Amino acid sequence: MPLTVGSQLRSTSSTCEVVVVRAPGLEGTVYCGDAEMTSVAAGRPATGSTEGPAVVLGKRYEHQPSGLELLCVKPGPGPLTFNGAELVLKSAKPLPASD
Amino acid sequence: MDLLTLLEMVATGMGDRVLVGERKDGLTGAQLRDRAATGGRLLAGTGARTVVYLGGNGPAFPVALFSAAAAHVPFLPLNYRLSDDQLREILARQEDAVVVTDTSERAERLAPHLTVLDLDGFLDRCASTVPNATLVSGGQEAVAVLLMTSGTTAAPKSAVLRHRHLTSYILGSVEFASAEETDATIVSVPPYHIAAVANLLSNLYAGRRIVYLDHFTAAEWLAVVRAQAITHAMVVPTMLSRIVRELQESAATAPPSLRSLSYGGAKVSAKVIADALRLFPGTGFVNAYGLTETSSSIAVLGPDDHREALDGDDPQVRLRLGSVGRALPHVTIEVQDDHGEPCAPGVVGDIVVRGAQVAGEYVEGGSRLDERGWFPTRDLGYLDQDGYLFVQGRADDTIIRGGENIAPAEIEEALTTHEAVLDCAVVGVPDEEWGQRIAAFVVVKPEHRCTVEEIRAHVRTRLRGSKTPDLVRFIEELPVTATGKVLRRNLVADFAVR
Repeated sequence: MPLTVGSQLRSTSSTCEVVVVRAPGLEGTVYCGDAEMTSVAAGRPATGSTEGPAVVLGKRYEHQPSGLELLCVKPGPGPLTFNGAELVLKSAKPLPASD
Repeated sequence: MDLLTLLEMVATGMGDRVLVGERKDGLTGAQLRDRAATGGRLLAGTGARTVVYLGGNGPAFPVALFSAAAAHVPFLPLNYRLSDDQLREILARQEDAVVVTDTSERAERLAPHLTVLDLDGFLDRCASTVPNATLVSGGQEAVAVLLMTSGTTAAPKSAVLRHRHLTSYILGSVEFASAEETDATIVSVPPYHIAAVANLLSNLYAGRRIVYLDHFTAAEWLAVVRAQAITHAMVVPTMLSRIVRELQESAATAPPSLRSLSYGGAKVSAKVIADALRLFPGTGFVNAYGLTETSSSIAVLGPDDHREALDGDDPQVRLRLGSVGRALPHVTIEVQDDHGEPCAPGVVGDIVVRGAQVAGEYVEGGSRLDERGWFPTRDLGYLDQDGYLFVQGRADDTIIRGGENIAPAEIEEALTTHEAVLDCAVVGVPDEEWGQRIAAFVVVKPEHRCTVEEIRAHVRTRLRGSKTPDLVRFIEELPVTATGKVLRRNLVADFAVR
């Protein structure tokens, strides 16, 4: 599945939702826990899994080898993985407030 | 990614935090979200395809903006200071629009074909919220905001900003919930300006409370900053020079709560900045450069850049007080020559920009991005060796007076309707307070006479006050090129010499 910037991904097993912030020409599947994340609007989790490390609202997660970057827009249990590797929390680089 | 997703994040992560208005009775993140959900249904129920906002700064602005997003229709804030004729012309172009306004009578008179909602009534109805009302995204390609640009001709264009442009700007420049609970920002830029839209989104996403000041005076601004312990502010250059003068004349000390003061929208004199830096020793200054078409800021000169330039020994570094800083991480800025090739450092050319936040699109005429994705800003400038951008002026002749873009053609058109005027040209001349002032060069018909005051009065009755020439000079003939184009640069230079 091609990953497009701006698309929102969710799974059927966690309340966690992410938005693709950076995906330089990438194809593949992002997993949240054991479940595939897709841009399909349907399939809200009936009983959300409570296992797994928390994916935190507003934080960015990156897969350094590929440059994939995701933003958590709804929190939930993870972890987020891509190509078999767990995504890591990206540290914020503060910019001065310009407006 | 769209504005509603941003709003949901704010409501989820900072639902109890007061984000708009006074701390004691302002709107929390959750309340703003609920009002947008109700307002969205209300607006969708009118069948409107555009939401026009004709009003001042205040909590109604964010509620109406997000309600429009929830109704999946563009939000078009208009300048209430426009003349009746100008507003009538713009409103006549809107089919099936709903006008949310604090001047209902005027809107009904100027646009009898449109639905008009009273602003206070709208806010009241939005407040009767349904708990957990859902917000349904209209997709990131949908148009979020339309903003009128002045244009170089008298007919203004509408810049198109889609959800993905505005959200790209926010995700690229602001960290979610990064503000402290005690932070607050004061907003005194008008709601029909890109800065007001960007400002609203940035501060909500950061979790910083927004305090609106509808009518700017330097004294009032300083009083609100003190009373509300404001930590952040954004002003246009004219406001900054008035704040500086107010502090100098009253010999008062600057409000200590202010940690960050950003300015932009027009050129600022280095002297005003230097004075401001000394008057606000504990404040971080930020110069932001951006355009409506680029979803606000694309380059920023940060607090450290300012202090290093003020105190530095290196002449190259000192010059940076007159720079707009470096490109934001998610945009690329280039200075190009006439062939579209990048200029060497220090060489003046056309400033172009590309990136996910760059819209570069108009309702009239579509996208202006070239095949490589560059948007021509139509500003001229150069980059120094470290990537600091210096803006030298507009490629076209738009006058920027106090942050307001003014097309000379419109004033010239008004001038030529005067019976004594044979020929004329209007240019912007550098001014410390306004960035530029309007200078009119007038050639009087033979056997006719007129005075400076008559000329100014003539324009004032036809256009609004800010478009009245500040200076009028009578000359025998206009300098023109071989093809008959007025040499505006010569007029500006001529003015500086005298």
